[in-house]
Amino acid sequence: MDLEIKHLFGLKGVSATDITSILDTAVSFREVLERPIRIVPTLKGVAVLNLFYEDSTRTRISFELAERRLNAEVVSFAKSSSSVSKGESLRDTARNIEAMKIDLIVVRHSSPGTPQFLAAHTKCKIINAGDGAHEHPTQALLDMMTIRQHFGKLSGLKVLIVGDILHSRVARSEIWGLQTMGAQVDVCGPSSLIPLEMGSFGVNVHYDFDNIISDYDVIYMLRIQKERQVSGIMSSTREYTSMFGLTKERMNRMKDTAVIMHPGPINRGIELDYEAADSDKSLILEQVTNGEAVRMAALFLLSGRSEE
Amino acid sequence: MKLKDIAIKGGTVIDPSQKINGKRDILISGGVIKTVAKDIDAAKTDVIDASGKLVMPGLIDMHVHLREPGGEEAETIMSGCEAAARGGFTAICAMPNTSPPTDDAGRIRYIIEKAENAKARVYPVGAITRGREGSELVEMREMVDAGAVGFSDDGCSVANAAVMLNAMRYADMIGKPVIAHEEDPDLDYRGQMNEGVLSAELGLKGMPGIAEDTFVMRDIAIAEYTRTAIHITHISTKETVQIIRAAKARGVRVTCDVTPHHFALTEELVATFDTRYKMNPPLRAASDVAAIIEGLSDGTIDVIATDHAPHYIEKKELEFIYAAFGVTGLETALGVAQFELVDTKKLSWSDIVRTMSQTPAKILGVDGGTLKEGAAADVTVYDPKSPWTVDSKKMKSKSTNTAFFGRTLPGQVTATVVGGMVYINDME
Repeated sequence: MDLEIKHLFGLKGVSATDITSILDTAVSFREVLERPIRIVPTLKGVAVLNLFYEDSTRTRISFELAERRLNAEVVSFAKSSSSVSKGESLRDTARNIEAMKIDLIVVRHSSPGTPQFLAAHTKCKIINAGDGAHEHPTQALLDMMTIRQHFGKLSGLKVLIVGDILHSRVARSEIWGLQTMGAQVDVCGPSSLIPLEMGSFGVNVHYDFDNIISDYDVIYMLRIQKERQVSGIMSSTREYTSMFGLTKERMNRMKDTAVIMHPGPINRGIELDYEAADSDKSLILEQVTNGEAVRMAALFLLSGRSEE
Repeated sequence: MKLKDIAIKGGTVIDPSQKINGKRDILISGGVIKTVAKDIDAAKTDVIDASGKLVMPGLIDMHVHLREPGGEEAETIMSGCEAAARGGFTAICAMPNTSPPTDDAGRIRYIIEKAENAKARVYPVGAITRGREGSELVEMREMVDAGAVGFSDDGCSVANAAVMLNAMRYADMIGKPVIAHEEDPDLDYRGQMNEGVLSAELGLKGMPGIAEDTFVMRDIAIAEYTRTAIHITHISTKETVQIIRAAKARGVRVTCDVTPHHFALTEELVATFDTRYKMNPPLRAASDVAAIIEGLSDGTIDVIATDHAPHYIEKKELEFIYAAFGVTGLETALGVAQFELVDTKKLSWSDIVRTMSQTPAKILGVDGGTLKEGAAADVTVYDPKSPWTVDSKKMKSKSTNTAFFGRTLPGQVTATVVGGMVYINDME
């Protein structure tokens, strides 16, 4: 199996064929995760570097586990501050990585375009684990795997993404991935946290959560950051919760067959009530397990080992 | 050292100040234009063969960052003038956002002294406010006496309108232009590229056009109210063009300039995440570029100036949000102007000379912009049929951050003359 894409920068412009290949491969790796010994020798001898410039324990652990379960050589680099002010420039880091004969880089960084930068400066395959507010493809892929698993399809479903769309790489990847697979995606949130040009994404923009919540098959809640209040772009988390939080009351207005999803970590009580997070409608823990499988699939398909 | 007599023979002279556009020879003697006529006898002089080439009054760039003092790894006064000569500029304005900034007469003199043997005249521009901090006015009289040709806090705007108003009144009294960088610092806070559909897609914080428009409107209102002059530099939006056009029609003393990258390139290029497309003001939409070309064509935009902003490679070749803003421009300006404006028949060569030599001289109140007999011998000789590909490794500038890398431009400068001193270029 051969993907058209050489790197996983994002889902914009990625074909339905490639997305399906990754999801189908993830399904077989999901089966590996149910075994007593969850290791396969698929990536033996492949050197993977996790280059995390942003704080992210969960995603990094998820990738590390996926890599080790595939028997790859794994090295992680975590940095919580910019490369510019302290220490080595990214360009020099890239050169050193290449000299150390790394095959694949999983990178998370606060600047959009960092995966592209690494691809231009090394010969490694690159997986984007999140580049600023731009894309987070493995998140969207694991979400699509979860939705597909639950509903048996993606095409024709209606998905609502709720929250700070403006700053969300998850929202962007979800919109592009789901639209490619034939789902309809709409957004809902405070207008100051939704790009002015959102309409050009082919989504409907809503501000009245109560009015529309029963129209959707998937309610996808994004994390809201308290810092936005201080910067003058949002009024308060209190008001956010009253307008856009998935409270128990709102949950009861959802379609019977609808589900709740969240990329994590959850701010319980802010965007998601306790009851909503822990209810039968919630697929949140499924998402996490599928995250392992999808990341194993992405690593496998991009490593070039899939042709052997 | 006595300057030799020089004849520039066989070229097409473009000099709107004398309404000349045709074959003429030029005789230079003692660093001054002696004769402009057909078929000059050049038997006893050094000859520059200009057949097939254009001969223009030396180009003057009103907006150049020479980075000296404080940023010499990116450019020095000498290297910047090398780049200027290669680009056909016989005079450049040195912007004051150096380290330390050019905010007193001593620092003006420092620049002039450092530029003594450079390949172009360097006209220092002083800061508007001390330290470029936006509150106290500099000693404009003393700085002009030391050689300053104008004032600018470029790099940023003067955020406090009262300070700007007083600066404009004061500079008007002194008789030198205020060169305004128009940008609302809060609307553009942490912005990376033009705000629009593309910035929404790329997840990069946008810099809305209104950040420029609102400050343009502010300063034009001040100019109108106080009956002073304002020169607005590096305009980038269609709204700014409209606002300036309307203000000129009302008789406001406003002039403006635009960079070659703002009439040649659009924001789509940022989707590559190549930081050679990151500058301030950012590349905008096709409709803005169209309005700018229209503005150049109808005279709303007075001057083409490069905003040459060299940066050391370690400051540019970085993750997008950390990369410095700015691109070089001295060496590519004339080729880009020919490609985008003259070869497309939007502007004539006379318009190019007007916007790149004649009007800059007038606004700055310096000699130049003309090949009249008696004028200083500042001349640009340009071969419009000499294609070359921009190679960032082969530039005279110390820095490689050109937005035109890899492009083929149609013409090259073959020589410049500065006060009778001849500088011949190695042609590609």
